[in-house]
Amino acid sequence: MRSFVALLRKELRSYFGSPLVYLVAAAFLAYTGYYFHSDIIFFVTFGFGISIMENFWKMLFIDIRLVMILSIPLLTMRLFAEERRLGTLELLLTYPLRDGAIVAAKLGACLLVITALLCGTLLYPVMVYWIQPFPLEPLVAAYIGLLLFAVLCASYGVFVSSLTDSQVLAGFLTALPLLLLWLLSWNEAASAQETLPIARALSIFNHFEPFSVGVIELRDVFYFVFGSGMFVWATLRVLEARQWLGRR
Amino acid sequence: MISVEHLTKYYGATRAVEDVSFHVPAGTVAALLGPNGSGKSTLMRVLTGYLSPTAGRVAVGGIDVADRPLAARRQIGYLPEQVSLYPELTVQRFLGFVAAVKGLGGAARRRAVSEVIDRCGLSDVARKLTGKLSKGYRQRVGLAQALVGDPPLLVLDEPTVGLDPVQTVEMRTLLRSLTGRTVLLSTHILSEASALCSHILILHHGRLLAEDTPDGLGRRLADVARLMVRVEGPPAEVAAALAALPDVSRVEQNAADGHPGTLFAVFAREPVPVQRRIAATVVGSGWTLLEVRADPPTLEDLFVRLVAPTEREVAAAS
Repeated sequence: MRSFVALLRKELRSYFGSPLVYLVAAAFLAYTGYYFHSDIIFFVTFGFGISIMENFWKMLFIDIRLVMILSIPLLTMRLFAEERRLGTLELLLTYPLRDGAIVAAKLGACLLVITALLCGTLLYPVMVYWIQPFPLEPLVAAYIGLLLFAVLCASYGVFVSSLTDSQVLAGFLTALPLLLLWLLSWNEAASAQETLPIARALSIFNHFEPFSVGVIELRDVFYFVFGSGMFVWATLRVLEARQWLGRR
Repeated sequence: MISVEHLTKYYGATRAVEDVSFHVPAGTVAALLGPNGSGKSTLMRVLTGYLSPTAGRVAVGGIDVADRPLAARRQIGYLPEQVSLYPELTVQRFLGFVAAVKGLGGAARRRAVSEVIDRCGLSDVARKLTGKLSKGYRQRVGLAQALVGDPPLLVLDEPTVGLDPVQTVEMRTLLRSLTGRTVLLSTHILSEASALCSHILILHHGRLLAEDTPDGLGRRLADVARLMVRVEGPPAEVAAALAALPDVSRVEQNAADGHPGTLFAVFAREPVPVQRRIAATVVGSGWTLLEVRADPPTLEDLFVRLVAPTEREVAAAS
């Protein structure tokens, strides 16, 4: 436990010791703030102020999700790639630590940063609630959904980062498939009828949608937890592979 | 303390270490001596649990590294060949992190950190970022992180490589002060191994070629004297004349180096009488003798001894 806390603190120190996290935070809050502004105008003008969950919060959460797709790769790309490039991974892996503790600390630090960013967006519901109270429970579900979405994206990012010593490559290979999945989910009518059900079942975005209107379905929770677990497992196998390949 | 039995390590189809067995008793300072690519680093990485052996067993303090990796790693302080540090941490923070990762907390951690800072002479740079340190200090921080928590075994991969002469002397002094614990260090410098270690393991192409004490190695090399002779005269004739001298086993002519005359390396069994004969022959032939000096034997000379027996020995054996 003590060594895990030390690892977590080291990871957080690395995050906040570099300017990147502040830039990501600034951009995240600026973009989500812009979406808040534009979505609420849309809600008032075209939604006629009816059904705040369907016409406002759902759209805002889907927009926040897009900003997360662009921010998370920037936060995960250095986690292992930087240690590989510096050579510190060799030292880290020869300390009396389980590989699992190293992965958990890296993922945990990244998720703490993402949680802090999401906490920044709590300002929007507070402002709306102050003007016009509305039911809060669906919002709790939506935030749980955003967190689960973040866990899956971050686990994938950690996995990609463990494969290379280039941060740029890690960031790019994390963002690319996420963006592609997002584009595919844009226009379902354009996808082939045969593959649509499969694409829907696998799509990270379709599994998020119920959360955005305040519905927590067990199979969606399972999807995110299982997906994250799979990438953590894959990351552990990559770390283990050094023992056979002799790769640093 | 260290027990290696029939260790073999392949990277894919490439052989790095082949069937190496040795034991290092507790309290011994041992050297893995060999040129680059001889398998020293691979062997050390297997010992620290970073790599798995392809075959064979490695145990540290009686604990099998493959079966109980965490318990084995607790026994080891490791200095990798390339010392890599987190540039955003200060020396003190970094060592505190290492102590915590090794399981020390609270007062014990602070004590361990200040102890290694004192021991490795890092007080002046304790608050500096590790990314801003000179190579010599980085190496000391590397040694300090290995020493944190007082592990019974230190595994040091080329601790003096890349250091300037002053830093090398300081590092060796530091290494000599580590009495009372087991140390396995790797080096490609024969004199370093002889000066620091009581037990020398010689690796060549992934195989253990010989295991000896510095004195034993000295005896093996007693008849290898390398005399550097600089003569002004026709090089081919001089070389022939030197090679014809009794007790001279081999003569190598060095390329022109901008200094007057030609430099020859003369390998002889007994240096002193041969030196006299060289002087007499050169002067007697009317050439000018500019320099005669005896160079200490190098790792190369040792390998010539161990790997390729001299022609004389081959002749004697047949």
